[in-house]
Amino acid sequence: MSTDSAPAPQSGVAEDVKHGPRIAVSALTTNLREYGLIIALIVIMLFFQYTTSGTLFKPVNLSNLVQQNSFIIVMALGMLLVIVAGYIDLSVGSVAGFIGALAAMMMVIWPLGIFSNPLVVSIVCLIVGALIGAAQGYWIAYHRIPSFIVTLAGMLIFRGICQALLGGGSSVGPLPDSFKALSSGFIPDVIGPLTLIPPTVNAAGKTIVGSGLTLHMTTVVLGVIAVLAYAYFGLRARRKREKHGYEAEPFPLFVIKTLVGSALALFLVFQFASYKGLPVVLLVMGVLISLFVFVTKRMTIGRRIYAMGGNAKAAQLSGINTERLTLLVFINMGVLSALGGLIIAARLGQAVPAAGLGSELDVIAAVFIGGASAMGGVGQVIGAVVGGFIMGVMNNGMSIMGVNVDWQQVVKGLVLLGAVIFDVYNKNKA
Amino acid sequence: MTSTILEMRDITKTFPGVKALSNVNLSVEEGEIHAIVGENGAGKSTLMKVLSGVYPSGTYEGEIVFRGQECHFKGIHDSEHIGIVIIHQELALVPMLSIAENIFLGNEHATYGVIDWNANEKRTSALLRKVGLKEDPKTLITNIGVGKQQLVEIAKALSKEVKLLILDEPTASLSEKDSQALLDLLLEFKRQGMTSILISHKLNEVNRVADKVTVIRDGRTIETLPRKDISEDRIITSMVGRSLDDRYPPREPQIGDVILEVKNWSVYHPIHAERQVIKNINLNVRKGEVVGIAGLMGAGRTEFAMSLFGRSYGRHITGEVSLDGKPIDLSSVSKAVASGIAYVTEDRKTFGLNLIDHIKHNVTLANLSGVSSHGVIDDMREMSVANDYRKKTNIRASSVYQLTGNLSGGNQQKVVLSKWLFADPQVLILDEPTRGIDVGAKYEIYTIIARLAAEGKAIIVISSEMPELLGITDRIYVMNEGRIVGEMPASEASQEKIMRAIVRGEGKAS
Repeated sequence: MSTDSAPAPQSGVAEDVKHGPRIAVSALTTNLREYGLIIALIVIMLFFQYTTSGTLFKPVNLSNLVQQNSFIIVMALGMLLVIVAGYIDLSVGSVAGFIGALAAMMMVIWPLGIFSNPLVVSIVCLIVGALIGAAQGYWIAYHRIPSFIVTLAGMLIFRGICQALLGGGSSVGPLPDSFKALSSGFIPDVIGPLTLIPPTVNAAGKTIVGSGLTLHMTTVVLGVIAVLAYAYFGLRARRKREKHGYEAEPFPLFVIKTLVGSALALFLVFQFASYKGLPVVLLVMGVLISLFVFVTKRMTIGRRIYAMGGNAKAAQLSGINTERLTLLVFINMGVLSALGGLIIAARLGQAVPAAGLGSELDVIAAVFIGGASAMGGVGQVIGAVVGGFIMGVMNNGMSIMGVNVDWQQVVKGLVLLGAVIFDVYNKNKA
Repeated sequence: MTSTILEMRDITKTFPGVKALSNVNLSVEEGEIHAIVGENGAGKSTLMKVLSGVYPSGTYEGEIVFRGQECHFKGIHDSEHIGIVIIHQELALVPMLSIAENIFLGNEHATYGVIDWNANEKRTSALLRKVGLKEDPKTLITNIGVGKQQLVEIAKALSKEVKLLILDEPTASLSEKDSQALLDLLLEFKRQGMTSILISHKLNEVNRVADKVTVIRDGRTIETLPRKDISEDRIITSMVGRSLDDRYPPREPQIGDVILEVKNWSVYHPIHAERQVIKNINLNVRKGEVVGIAGLMGAGRTEFAMSLFGRSYGRHITGEVSLDGKPIDLSSVSKAVASGIAYVTEDRKTFGLNLIDHIKHNVTLANLSGVSSHGVIDDMREMSVANDYRKKTNIRASSVYQLTGNLSGGNQQKVVLSKWLFADPQVLILDEPTRGIDVGAKYEIYTIIARLAAEGKAIIVISSEMPELLGITDRIYVMNEGRIVGEMPASEASQEKIMRAIVRGEGKAS
């Protein structure tokens, strides 16, 4: 995760220098647990790379993978906070569907003139998402109605409104290309392509698609900058710890971690660059992931959410306004559900009544696979993101393999159960 | 000729770090009402838990002989089987089930799991007649008052063919009238030949019904008084008579002007809106002063403190609070903290700590702005704050990254204290600061309190342990039934004086 610049506070640090070797061991075990999930993702990817005879890592498939799963991961960021805070939100799929329908109506059907501009519509939709989140959060925070019930109601209500807006079973489209770019677009190559191997020309004088190697240089440059920044911030955090006299994780471990992370990131950058470049939606996702890592690890509001989920009464008696915090968590969820809805609509190029149907379960599963606790107070942003990708890679890989959709669900269910059992087992052992 | 029904010999029970009971002896004769008295934490409830098998055989030393047979209970089921039934202070009834369902819960008249409701209700009616409760067996528990619920508990005990009935503080939450009725019922049972053990704080009640009184103090049996020697004075002396040697750090109080002044503070119950829990309390604390609030459980001390601290308890709160002579707004916890008031809860696990997070995050929780700027936490600053307080309060942990859920009670208490010290309050309210922690950690907590007072903070200590209040405070308020019933300088106070104030207050109330 090239965007995670925050130092990992849980990495088994202790200021007692004389226990050097013990620290190394404990740092290794805690790191293993922390990175176990990422390792699991890599193993799953390699497995499908093998079973799909190399299709999974093909540049075009990687772009598809990102575009298919981005809305799950965007919503999982909000869901992580909801679950850490000790709640649940079942309405996100319906809200996403409703927002997609609203966006399509505004852009295609309703005569709004200048206000049917995709940018204006997107902003309005995000605000509507915030209002939906606030409406649900109000009952949960200030009237103590269980979030399960409020959002179950929301799930029914917004799916209904979505279908009503679209006039029964019909779909509304096509959506403008500039809007579709949110999901299926790629960042422009401002630097210009670099042709390493010229494409083969056939007898008719036309180039053969997929032959040769041309790199999208803007993507390469952005990728290299991100990797350098990752290494730089990691090193700086280490220095700062050492300067204050605190033991950081052992240096070799840090180097291995950084090198492996950078190599993975550069490999993916290269794959994207050899296709059409960085998908716009991946950039959006990357920015949001960094933001949420920062908020949860470094900001007081993040800390308060964890404290509230860990012990709401203690948090309240420590001067934390738990009602307002709950409201904010649900407003955030509403905005991200709306963004998810826009991404779905942009990918399909139209609004359909079933958009986002059932996706709340994928989102919740991603958060739990990522190690969050159903009791609240525990969970990491990176975990939820990796959990989302694990689900996505399984969907994608099994589809390529031609596994029946019914059995895909069975496998996904087993993975969710297995991940949580593994987590509980690990915690009890510790 | 009476015979001994129960004999407990040399019972010793140790918890990690604390010896709760040491060589306790208790002998109960058939057909008598035997009272056990002692301060909160003296070991009465622990003794009864040993007797009823809550602490199974093997987790304590000593022997229990019941009706001539040595007993090794593995759980409550074993003790109930031979006729020892205990009714706990907190009633164990299911509110949304009926009286009949509660009485036969786990013991239903049933064939192959199918309940015979007629048989259950018929037997319930008979039992209710025995305890003098006129209610339909189908009435839900939630719809009857606490006094009647107590009778249901007794009826439940009778349903188990009880030989020895143990009542732990049965009248603690009852009105005067209900208490009288309950005591009459006990006397009636006695006439029918039943043996009972009564644990009570209320010496007038003990005086009225008990045939013998055993006094327990600091986990030891002090003496057993026969009927003719029972008097309140005699019991009080026996209950509290111990020296205050050097269990408390020395202090030289430097007392300044009044910092906190509370006037006409009244609070009503959050659910039972007509019940006034705190009645017109006036109180003040001076700079550098340690003020104690004495009283028995249920006197309203915690309710008072929590209502003061951001209205965390109660409804219809009225009264004025001023700090340094200026009225302050305490309508929310964050306002109270900002005004310079901190409250360290009596229940650190439920209200004080995030047990699934580590020491560092717990210490800074009440004052996150102290380690952050523009909402961004400075990790290094937080780290040094946490380490600083870890040293100051001597928290024993491998590092500040240890989960608070894995710390001992004393160290958990130090984490809660650190959290509030870092919030830098002027007035610190400590509610039962040494409950459930061992003697060594207690001394450390007292030292911290003394140091804070020396730094000029005003401190209120709520405690049920009277020697503790006498040992560490400068002035003591005595509370009972939501009122201040006495105020005395610690130098003139004694446990007898405090007890007298409580007992006298008890007579006046209701």
